[in-house]
Amino acid sequence: MEAEEMELFGIWSSPYVLRVIWALNIKKIKYKYIEEDLNNKSNLLLHYNPVYKKVPVLVYKGKPICESMIIVEFIEETWKNDSIFPKDPYEKAKARFLAKFVEDKLSPPMWRFFTTKGKDQEEAYESFTDYLAILERELEGKEFFGGENIGFVDILLGCMSYVVPIYEEITDFEIITKEKFPLLHAWMQAFLSSDIVRDNLPPRDELLYRYRKIREAFLSKDN
Amino acid sequence: MESHKGVTLLDFWVSPFGQRARIAMAEKGIEFEYKEENLAQKSELLLKMNPVHKKIPVLVHDGKPVCESLIIVQYIEEAWPEKTPLLPSDPYQRAQARFWADFVDKKVYDCGTRLWKTKGEEKEAAKKEFIEILQILESELGDRKYFGGETFGYVDVAFVPFTAWFHSYETEAGFSVEESAPKISTWAKRCGERESVKKHLYEKEKVYEFVCMLKKRLGIE
Repeated sequence: MEAEEMELFGIWSSPYVLRVIWALNIKKIKYKYIEEDLNNKSNLLLHYNPVYKKVPVLVYKGKPICESMIIVEFIEETWKNDSIFPKDPYEKAKARFLAKFVEDKLSPPMWRFFTTKGKDQEEAYESFTDYLAILERELEGKEFFGGENIGFVDILLGCMSYVVPIYEEITDFEIITKEKFPLLHAWMQAFLSSDIVRDNLPPRDELLYRYRKIREAFLSKDN
Repeated sequence: MESHKGVTLLDFWVSPFGQRARIAMAEKGIEFEYKEENLAQKSELLLKMNPVHKKIPVLVHDGKPVCESLIIVQYIEEAWPEKTPLLPSDPYQRAQARFWADFVDKKVYDCGTRLWKTKGEEKEAAKKEFIEILQILESELGDRKYFGGETFGYVDVAFVPFTAWFHSYETEAGFSVEESAPKISTWAKRCGERESVKKHLYEKEKVYEFVCMLKKRLGIE
């Protein structure tokens, strides 16, 4: 397949875009990447995603697919090599459930933790560490949530592997340590060093700068 | 872990999320045991089968739980592949179906709830938003019989339970689905003629009775 057949609209810092990139890497699919400016969205992006006007958008043979989880499922169903999902319907349902759990339950308190201070921050911290414990249990006996290989849940959770150390550095909190969450800690290292992820991460310095600015903006709003 | 064979659905009578599962199984001719939950006093079985969210619906198939309504519907689709498919076979068409079911999931219930839970400006804003949501869905439906095209499909299953709430939404917020989104209104009536939908959705008056009871309980005028 020519790279032109597959286009990915994204922004460098978006964890949602990275999910799609990792999935494309698992399947060894070539693609053309188009960086968007969210303050000045291209006509093409607005044409391809009129409902949400967001990235990522995958365009395959001129037809757009939107929403990162849906894009990953599309990639799985179109290319049969290197499965991202389990084959068994029950195991697949479990993977989808865990992925939705990450999106709906884990992410909001983590964001709240990062954008608040004092009591709000502490409550958010308690909240998401409870949820991390659920994920820790799911990893028992496995290197990745997908088993021996990176799968759907790993992809969905993946951004945590590089965002959590940044949160830890900026807030001075311990979040995922070897002592607190040994399996998740090991998972993070395994994920970050894997072939499909290693060379496809946003530059750390730029991310650190960006996240610092985000936290400052939120905290100054409260004053 | 319960080891009995068969399908059980832990559910709550008026829940549109539970109805998605009921309708999907009815469309596919899958027999199941329905178990009504008392949400004020959740059963041990529910808490065991859905310890993370403690919510209905939960599908228990041969003792194993599946949670979250759209995940349940996709599971039903995949575990009974020989039965009438709800999703198209083409991956791109499947992605479109998932996109629109996800849109319904993200938008309809939350905005709909605000139509009866809020007052004044907030309610007006919710009404405007809800009409926009209906019109976006109408634009997607176009002149087709169903969201699934000629056949009743995944997006239809995802959205149809909310048609039983249209009357409540209209009454509470002061608008008409038929006026704001006539094709959605026609689609709702067409779906209402299907056996699966007739069997598993409650009459609009009963749903409204439920909404009024909730309002009273929450102290909303």
